[in-house]
Amino acid sequence: MKEEQVFLTVGGEEDLFSRVRGMKEEGWRLAQVGATKTETAFEVNYSFDKDYRFHNIKIILPLQGAELKSISGIYWSAFLYENEISDLFGIAIKGIAVDYQGKFYRTSVKHPFGENK
Amino acid sequence: MTKRTIIPFGPQHPVLPEPVHLDLVVEDEKVMEAVPSVGFVHRGLEKLVEKKDFQEYVFVAERICGICSFIHGMTYSLGIEKLMKIEVPERASYLRVIWSELSRVHSHLLWLGLMADAFGFESLFMESWRIRELVLDIIEETTGGRVIFGSCKVGGVRKDVDNASLKAITVKLQDYVLRVRAIADVFLRDASVKHRLSGVGKLSREEAYTLGAVGPTARASGVAQDMRKLGYAAYPRMDFAPVVETAGDCYSRCSVRIREIFQSIDIIGQAAGSIPDGAIENKVSGFPDGEYFARTEQPRGEVVYYFKADGGKFLKRLRVRTPTFANIPALVKILPGHELADVPVLVLSIDPCISCTER
Repeated sequence: MKEEQVFLTVGGEEDLFSRVRGMKEEGWRLAQVGATKTETAFEVNYSFDKDYRFHNIKIILPLQGAELKSISGIYWSAFLYENEISDLFGIAIKGIAVDYQGKFYRTSVKHPFGENK
Repeated sequence: MTKRTIIPFGPQHPVLPEPVHLDLVVEDEKVMEAVPSVGFVHRGLEKLVEKKDFQEYVFVAERICGICSFIHGMTYSLGIEKLMKIEVPERASYLRVIWSELSRVHSHLLWLGLMADAFGFESLFMESWRIRELVLDIIEETTGGRVIFGSCKVGGVRKDVDNASLKAITVKLQDYVLRVRAIADVFLRDASVKHRLSGVGKLSREEAYTLGAVGPTARASGVAQDMRKLGYAAYPRMDFAPVVETAGDCYSRCSVRIREIFQSIDIIGQAAGSIPDGAIENKVSGFPDGEYFARTEQPRGEVVYYFKADGGKFLKRLRVRTPTFANIPALVKILPGHELADVPVLVLSIDPCISCTER
């Protein structure tokens, strides 16, 4: 694959929001939002595509009390990704356009990807 | 004021082969709003990377879906190869193209059959699936499997197909083209089929792009986006352009898939005609390290695989964003304003694969 991929880590929520808004204004498509749990933090990746270019914005959140504002006011389709992250990782996402309130996935374990093992 | 009623559609419904649910808010028989619900059979396959060796996991990746299984395995392999800087032999890249396109052909034929069944054209459904069986026979001859190919691996492919067999396959496929053309005529010209599909479920180019739609759903609305153009496997050596329609309705989505069947058969012919001789795999040594997003074009559209590795034999994280997941917002957008009787056709028009979505 010869695809150009840009990775960027932002310092905080304000920075994330202004960059996501900028991506929308420039006509980038939201390709996915996904979370990862590491030993010390949660990482949330916001990925965008435009003309086969790929841009990823990452925000790092603490493991305890992780909270994030929804971007579904900017990219409406983000509501699915955000409900998924909320259900699987237990990250509280505020203001999701369509909030399933923890009932998006029917899992036997409450936050299967966010647990400490 | 007309009374509003909520009608539950799915998770068990005759047109749904897999469980997905919609709460349809209706006034009389008109859909006013739709709230989707998935997650009935979420399997957590992404979590298995923590227990499966990164080379073994390709077998799990293939089992994310029973229709585009090969492309899941290939996308996983492409991502690991990128992280480990493994060069894949040219012959393996060509074979990956051939199996990917065979997957696309059988997937689109499967969809055509399901769509014909949804609008009540049973003989069209049976003929679509009869042709699909012939394509599955080719897949079985070349890989040994009909659903799970098991032929892709990190570093190349597990099985070779000799050049004489590849030539025979292209001859067979040319024969099938005539049969596909016959059903295509019915799908695209029959008045009763057109009546069910034309002007139904319109999605503008702007809406498709803004909602993040992918694959035939986006291309039928005029978005010329096909991840095969990213240049993975041997696609840079293939001559093709994204199949695009502009009306953005169910008929256009059907037309895009039919044209893509012919395009895929053409690509298979190109690959089989120019495949170089040589090895089919390169040795894999070491362990993956770093982060990468691998993207490929499945029959339903772009799939995104995210990898995070730390140099160990298990990945730290694998995330799969499947095309159906990306197309759900578009489905929610096209449903309002339509009659309840159109809902099965509208749901099927995005070609939902819940197995992928519930990875």
